[in-house]
Amino acid sequence: MYDTLLVLHMFSAAALFGTVAVYSAYALSTTPADARVLGVGRVLWAIGGLGTIVFGIWLAIYVDGYHPWDGWILGAIVLWAIATELGRRAEIGFTEGADAGARSQATMMHWLRTAAVIALLVLMIYKPGA
Amino acid sequence: MSVIAAIRPDEWNFPLLMHVLGAFLLVGALVLTASVLLLASRDGTVSQARLGFRSLLFGVLPAWILMRGGAQWIANKEGLENAKLTWLDIGFSTADTGIVVILISLLLAGLAMRRTARDGGGSGLATGAGVLSALLLIAYLVTLWAMSAKPT
Repeated sequence: MYDTLLVLHMFSAAALFGTVAVYSAYALSTTPADARVLGVGRVLWAIGGLGTIVFGIWLAIYVDGYHPWDGWILGAIVLWAIATELGRRAEIGFTEGADAGARSQATMMHWLRTAAVIALLVLMIYKPGA
Repeated sequence: MSVIAAIRPDEWNFPLLMHVLGAFLLVGALVLTASVLLLASRDGTVSQARLGFRSLLFGVLPAWILMRGGAQWIANKEGLENAKLTWLDIGFSTADTGIVVILISLLLAGLAMRRTARDGGGSGLATGAGVLSALLLIAYLVTLWAMSAKPT
């Protein structure tokens, strides 16, 4: 059971990085974003976002020594919520027909989301206070 | 039934972070590369072919270096260099085979980009690079399972 939960949690985290890669490619280039590729990024965030939070909390309940109210887990949940909202804002500016100002703001939102995702990973590895 | 939280020495954290970050970036960049190159093979657009090539060069390759360097570092820290463990063997063999596949994909994607720009005829090469990237993605997902579940 533990292995299954951990693997699903890890696959979900990998999906989040899929979204980060897709949006980074368009944030770094001047080429218009392809709606199909962005669609892949959006689907990966939906799967990864749901998977990380559900399997993460499940693991926190399942593993002796961790609790969902531990500081590092609460911090991760807050970061996850921030990353999700930043991602929602980023997606708006990358849609077809968005003007340069919206694209520029979306790019900033995307990099902030990327920072939040990396901070999540740092928290998961270091587990401060655990 | 439950399991007890594993505790590792603090000095393992940074090499492990580098390894895991590299692995996740590698998987993410491969998703992008495979998607873009397979679309380039269908559409025959130069911009997609160029993006596929660049995502291999500036995404997949550096991520592989970070992942593989981190793997060696954490294996040294844990004293696992010569350990005979199935999950470790899966990890090192897919990592080391992976770089060959990445370099072949880079070559194919580079040629696809040039041919598409010249006469629009690089779709076969883009398909080849895209399929290789997709196969590598599957191999690394299996590796991710092995690294997490650690089968004996």
